[in-house]
Amino acid sequence: METVIHVERLSKSYGGLLAVDKISLSVKRGTVYGLLGANGAGKSTTMECILGTKNADSGRISVLGYNPKKDRHRLFQNVGVQFQEGGHQPEIKVSELCEETACLYKEPADWKKLCEQFGIGSKIGNVVKSLSGGERQRLFIALALIPRPELVFLDELTTGLDAKARREVWKILSELKSKGLTIFLTSHFMDEVEALCDEVCILRNGKAVFFGTVEQAKKASGCEKFEDAYLMLSGEEVGKE
Amino acid sequence: MRSIRTLLKNELKLNIRDMNMVIFAVILPLIVLLILGLMYGTEPAADGAAYTFMEQSFGALCCISICASGFMGLPLVVAGYRERKILKRFQVTPVSPAKLLLVEFLIYIIYCILSMITLFPAAMLFWKIRIHGSFLLFLGSWLLTMLSTLSIGLLVGGIAKNTKSASVAACILYFPMLIFSGATLPFEVMPAAMQKMIGIFPLTQGIQLMKAAFLGLPVENVLLSVAVMCAVTLVCFAVSVKCFKWE
Repeated sequence: METVIHVERLSKSYGGLLAVDKISLSVKRGTVYGLLGANGAGKSTTMECILGTKNADSGRISVLGYNPKKDRHRLFQNVGVQFQEGGHQPEIKVSELCEETACLYKEPADWKKLCEQFGIGSKIGNVVKSLSGGERQRLFIALALIPRPELVFLDELTTGLDAKARREVWKILSELKSKGLTIFLTSHFMDEVEALCDEVCILRNGKAVFFGTVEQAKKASGCEKFEDAYLMLSGEEVGKE
Repeated sequence: MRSIRTLLKNELKLNIRDMNMVIFAVILPLIVLLILGLMYGTEPAADGAAYTFMEQSFGALCCISICASGFMGLPLVVAGYRERKILKRFQVTPVSPAKLLLVEFLIYIIYCILSMITLFPAAMLFWKIRIHGSFLLFLGSWLLTMLSTLSIGLLVGGIAKNTKSASVAACILYFPMLIFSGATLPFEVMPAAMQKMIGIFPLTQGIQLMKAAFLGLPVENVLLSVAVMCAVTLVCFAVSVKCFKWE
């Protein structure tokens, strides 16, 4: 299978603190890849280095065959991104934000349909800041899908969503995956990771400590539940300090 | 082109919704016009002068919107977008920094034009001002003043870390120019020593050029003024695109 993200020995430090330590990973086309780890383990930094929004100190990164820093103009024609905190203009309406995003791409998806799919179709006339946390989260996932991407990055995709909305988002993403979309995500919800991810990478203090499938993680840790396996592998077991 | 049109439409809507620039770039110049008009009416600029005080001040009035746009609006909007991580979201789309900056630049050109086309008829209607010199030259010097001033604002916005530093930089540029370059206080009423000192502001050059074109007065060193303003525009554009910071 074709590799769409290839990272080799990526390192990044802030001041003296090593946030990402020689991480290598590769993501195959049409799969869902989960980057897991506790807060501060280096998930977002890794993702941002892959996207080129942060400068890596060392390492090689290729996304869809492009260098994300040098070829951003071509790369992001086919890549969608949802950041943990989506910035938006203070007074902007949902429709305006969607329109403004759609106009940047050669062949954008129909944003009205996307909003309906994500259950915010009735809110397009509203100001973005008046939406609830969950609605805003769904809006930013919808925005990431406007480019009709081959690859989408979702940073903590369902934080703030209720149970039903989470299931709906999973369903939409699974459908898109079956059509060939590659998904790179970070999440704190292990049920979500189990439901969506083909492969995971667990980070611990900036180092990759596990690569493989959910089943392999359970086997490697000897735990029955994936959440227990995750806690053990990421060194976050309760009561252990 | 489609993306520039859509961005311009939406960003202009947002900007008008904010009202700041509508007040500072369009309504404020009209208020200053009204005050000057009530004070000086159709009086000549000096005893025996061939033109009125209002005619002499008209170029400066047109600069209020230019200053508000170039030193407040443009840099603060761009720096604010950086601070609110809006630029970061744009960074992961195919849009280029040049295109984003151009859109914001065009918005403030629209404000300046709007101010000009409200001031001119109002001043003509109520205080009978008329152009003694060349309308085209006046328009040309207005355009040059606007472009060079806005490009300074673009530079500040393009590279300032956050709204705070953009606003400090903008204040350092804005207030001395607004007060002393002849945009609010007429250049003529200032002491000669002060006139010399503030001659170094690019805006002062622009206002003097506009005034000369409006009144049909001879100007010294036209080429120098034009060259200075063109150079400022080009350098600021190039640096703001080249050194643009998304975050």
